Amino acid sequence: MTKYIDQGKNDTRSGYGEAMTELGRTNPNVVALCADLIGSLKIQPFIDENPERFFQIGIAEANMMGIAAGLTIGGKIPFASTFANFATGRVYDQIRQSIAYSGKNVKICASHAGVTLGEDGATHQILEDIGMMKMLPGMTVINPCDFNQTKAATLAIAEHEGPVYLRFGRPKVANFTPVDQKFEIGKALMLSEGTDVTIIATGHLVWEALIAAERLEEQGISAEVINFHTIKPFDEEALLKSVKKTGCVVSAEEHNFLGGLGESVARTLTVHNPVPQEFVATQDTFGESGTPEQLMEKYGLNNKAIEKAVLKVLKRK
Amino acid sequence: MAKLDELQDIVVQTRRDILRMVHKVNSGHPGGSLGCTEFLVALYNEAMDLKEGFDMDGKDEDLFFLSNGHISPVFYSVLARKGYFPVEELNTFRLLNSRLQGHPTTHEGLPGIRVASGSLGQGMSVAIGAALGKKLNGDDKLVYSLHGDGELQEGQNWEAIMYAAGNKVDNLISTIDRNGQQIDGPTEEILPLGNLKEKFEVFGWDVLEVAEGNNLEAIVNALKEAKSRTGKGKPVCIILDTMMGNGVDFMMHTHAWHGKAPSDEQLENALGQNPETLGDY
Repeated sequence: MTKYIDQGKNDTRSGYGEAMTELGRTNPNVVALCADLIGSLKIQPFIDENPERFFQIGIAEANMMGIAAGLTIGGKIPFASTFANFATGRVYDQIRQSIAYSGKNVKICASHAGVTLGEDGATHQILEDIGMMKMLPGMTVINPCDFNQTKAATLAIAEHEGPVYLRFGRPKVANFTPVDQKFEIGKALMLSEGTDVTIIATGHLVWEALIAAERLEEQGISAEVINFHTIKPFDEEALLKSVKKTGCVVSAEEHNFLGGLGESVARTLTVHNPVPQEFVATQDTFGESGTPEQLMEKYGLNNKAIEKAVLKVLKRK
Repeated sequence: MAKLDELQDIVVQTRRDILRMVHKVNSGHPGGSLGCTEFLVALYNEAMDLKEGFDMDGKDEDLFFLSNGHISPVFYSVLARKGYFPVEELNTFRLLNSRLQGHPTTHEGLPGIRVASGSLGQGMSVAIGAALGKKLNGDDKLVYSLHGDGELQEGQNWEAIMYAAGNKVDNLISTIDRNGQQIDGPTEEILPLGNLKEKFEVFGWDVLEVAEGNNLEAIVNALKEAKSRTGKGKPVCIILDTMMGNGVDFMMHTHAWHGKAPSDEQLENALGQNPETLGDY
């Protein structure tokens, strides 16, 4: 299988921050909004260089989404950022009416998604955001896997006309995406070709899928690993082409199995080519306090869980 | 004052449009629409600095955001009579495949609308965003918004009210339709709003009160005054005391017509009180 090298652990949110710095220099229409979380979102350099293009909204996410919608009128491209929980569930109706239904070019940039937020616990660990956002007509939903890809995705969405939900996280994770790789919205990335099983992964689970695939290879199982960084629009072609060859799928995401990537996979398979699928995802539960690694283990979101799911799905072929 | 007579003709015709629109589909919100007719007619035909035609960005012209989207009948009529779209299209209000949805939306591309509204409490935030955009663009035109008084029970408004004052969004004129009514009854019984002037002032706004919120001359003067107070470091609020259902005697002094259409006889009676001026659609 194709080998990937960790270029040095880094957090995806820092990829966002670095891209914002770049956008501040290259795109005069880009403006940034934040709800009292500048440090967590890594946007201080953008603010230092473009103070007039930064809006500190305070702890008022509903107002932030509305202001972002208003800023598009006149041609600005607002990047509204906060924790994923407060960027989605807290303000769903504001996003629905003022941004999605109104077709506003707002980029909702959400850090600290999923259980890997860690010790803060379930109040902050949203596991339902992909579902909520993908259900909104016209919303693009992206969950990049590492620092480099988050940076590339942030740059790419500035060029895309329309509302986007960009989801990333808090912990430092393996950074293996080539630094110069261009991000194509809606185009899944083939990471490693295989013949026995397809692993469709998104976000932090992509690296875990690669580790699992290596271990599976040692057992004589050839796994195809595809990075579904974009959940909506969903790259049906990439999935269907792969399962035609492998005949079974494991989906892997740091999200509830209800409403997430796995359900988009299942829907596509049901309509076009029903084959066995196993879900690596949280099982309709809230998270809790702990280290990211402990939580990934407890909630079945790591390479071991993916390996187990592959062995299970292979038996169902 | 000839101009006032012209505005009055538009007001009467707009009332007819509102009544006929909601009657035809037996749904919609005539009470609040009639209460804000004088205001919106004065705003669009006297106060606002508007360009010909419509584009979403609205650079170098004043912008308006309707936050209490349920009074769409008056908004649609005023926009149509101003020339944003053919007045005949008022015939399609709330019908399948119409651009005139129950609540205003950009989704169907109706000229004059810049954001969807109807789910309450969101319009001031959007207006603030547009006002900030104007400042960034070096555009010295103004942003207006209209809000129901009951709508102020939504917490997002107070986030926006705090933000606009704290950040000196002084190119914004937000008007509160203080008709004292909401669906379930008088605002002061449902959830008291108290002294709105003091509330806005203590948040840092410059506030004008208009006791005669259905008097065209009072509204024109208040808008002039409000405009003169922009650019001075504070957002401006107009608290407009209006009469729900104004211009139709049996729709006044009650909240009963918040979301109810008149019957055939009631329509005839109401139209009789407002004889045709500019011509029905």
